[in-house]
Amino acid sequence: MGRIPRSYLLNRVVTLLLTVWIAATLIWIIPRLSPVDPADIMLGRMAAGAGAVENADQILERLKENFGLNDPLVIQYVKYIGNVVTFDFGLSTATFPTQVSTLIARALPWTVGLMLLSVVITFFIGNALGALMAWDRSPKLVRVAIPAAMVFTSIPPILSGLLLMWILAAKLRWFPLTGAYGLTVEPGWTWGFVQSVIHHGFLPALSIVIVTFGFWALGMRGLMITVQGEDYVTLAKAKGLRPRYILYRYMIRNAILPQITAFALKIGLLVAGQVLVERIFAYNGMGKLLYDAILDQDFPVIQGVSFVIILMTAVSVFLVDLVYPFVDPRIRHDGGDA
Amino acid sequence: MTGMTGNRAGEIKGWRMRRFESPWINPKLFWGAGLLLAVVALGIIGRVFWNLDLAFTGAAPLKLPPVGFENLRGQEGAWHHPIGTDGSGRDMLALIVIGAPNSLFVGLLASLIGMSLGIFLGFSAGFIGGRTDDIIRVLSDVMITIPPLLILVVVQSAWGDVSLTMMALLIAGFVWQSPTRLIRAQVLSMKQSGYVQMARLSGASTMHIMFREMLPNLVPYLFGSFIANVTTSIVTAVGLEVLGLGPQRIPTLGRTIYEAINAGALIQNLWWWWGIPTLLLGLMFIGLLLVNLGLDEVSNPRLRKL
Repeated sequence: MGRIPRSYLLNRVVTLLLTVWIAATLIWIIPRLSPVDPADIMLGRMAAGAGAVENADQILERLKENFGLNDPLVIQYVKYIGNVVTFDFGLSTATFPTQVSTLIARALPWTVGLMLLSVVITFFIGNALGALMAWDRSPKLVRVAIPAAMVFTSIPPILSGLLLMWILAAKLRWFPLTGAYGLTVEPGWTWGFVQSVIHHGFLPALSIVIVTFGFWALGMRGLMITVQGEDYVTLAKAKGLRPRYILYRYMIRNAILPQITAFALKIGLLVAGQVLVERIFAYNGMGKLLYDAILDQDFPVIQGVSFVIILMTAVSVFLVDLVYPFVDPRIRHDGGDA
Repeated sequence: MTGMTGNRAGEIKGWRMRRFESPWINPKLFWGAGLLLAVVALGIIGRVFWNLDLAFTGAAPLKLPPVGFENLRGQEGAWHHPIGTDGSGRDMLALIVIGAPNSLFVGLLASLIGMSLGIFLGFSAGFIGGRTDDIIRVLSDVMITIPPLLILVVVQSAWGDVSLTMMALLIAGFVWQSPTRLIRAQVLSMKQSGYVQMARLSGASTMHIMFREMLPNLVPYLFGSFIANVTTSIVTAVGLEVLGLGPQRIPTLGRTIYEAINAGALIQNLWWWWGIPTLLLGLMFIGLLLVNLGLDEVSNPRLRKL
């Protein structure tokens, strides 16, 4: 415990900071290279709403000033980085005086909740199935059926989501088609609301679980096969321990640890997949916020959402990298290159 | 990397390989390649035998079901539009004949460019070492954490309409990291091997060692990485299209799904509208997975069952 070498820690921290900085910079530079001007778009929306806008030039000028578009680029950049560090992404142009950070704060819990739920479920199901696939005492059906199901791992969750939506929500009407909770329930810590949230969250979570568990199962199976050949397993068998006890305490326990690093590499893809699942289910998370912002060409929101999601990803990868040496005492980070 | 290939150890059950058979002839590779070729064939044969003008809005009656089905208005499918039409009167067959190869094209092009970048950077990092290696390694570590979809959402929403090629180029900017890491690791270990030392002692140029001596040994790994990247690229492209970004004027499978969801095709039971593109994409991904597993068997003889 506590054996993380300083060079390793430093390396990870630098990578994290660089990631966040590069992402923030890319998000800032790209719209500025584009011919489209956010103030123009907002004016366009006002014109569309009111028929004609008086003093359009003045309004445009004021908007540009508010958005800080008249400052020199370097000043804009420095201000922007300062704002990003404090999670200030400015005002949404579509729902005008609302802070982007308010919108994000509203959407974030839904996304994080859905993600934690689906990740935890997949991790358990996937690893359990993977272990069973490799175990020499599991029923034959398990060994044949699971590899066949693995084929679905290559499918992105948006496709499985559409399929599940059609069968379970549109056809059978077991689950609601869209949304994160019913229109008739008042958000709050009441049983009715919680029930509604679970009911609505089931399909989005299932569509992620169904296409991601195979990844864990395949990894787990490979690790289990390695562990099976180890001397301590042979010894345990020779001692006459119960097969189940060997499976849990000797095999799974040793095989599951490297799976955690595999997780770090997958986070980015998981996040992107979930954004799309939220979009098709119109689930009240970051995905829907992003999609609505794209429809409205609401750049501050698009930038904010993208940045926060990338930040989340980078921080999760960082945390997994840090926690791992604590969980698996066999791993030692000697060099900077892990 | 050993973890990756080790994970799939003992993958194949029930398939007996004769000892001297070529590893390239394995059922996974065969079926996977078959599926992908079928998609390409659909694009080629469809272009010859089907009238692609039907992919224009209003070229056909709205929301016709496939042959043998009936839609909510009681209309039956007709052979003029064998797999139905969408909500703005476009023939589904014409849409997928154009759209399916487009998705593969984006995936292949993006992956090809990403791969070339990866080969170049990976070799440079592994072979030159020092400062170059540090920069490339840190950069690929950083970029591998950033989900491409989110940066591309910002790019495309700021730039509006993009062409198919442009989208492929943008995606290529995010799929060079894993080949770079893979090749760097392999080059580092190969650098110590006898034949490279030998080549160097006999005065071969760096370029010669890199591309004539080492590259051929990396081919199986490169193939695997290439296919994995094609999948990532297509997933990213479809993701952008489903968010309403990507090319606006060319039919793509993702865009068809986007339009179907927006028009409420799920509630109206217009399953062919979103279902056919979904199915095609699913088949493509399964094909790519099978090819990848098949290539694994080629590059990693331990996976083959003797």
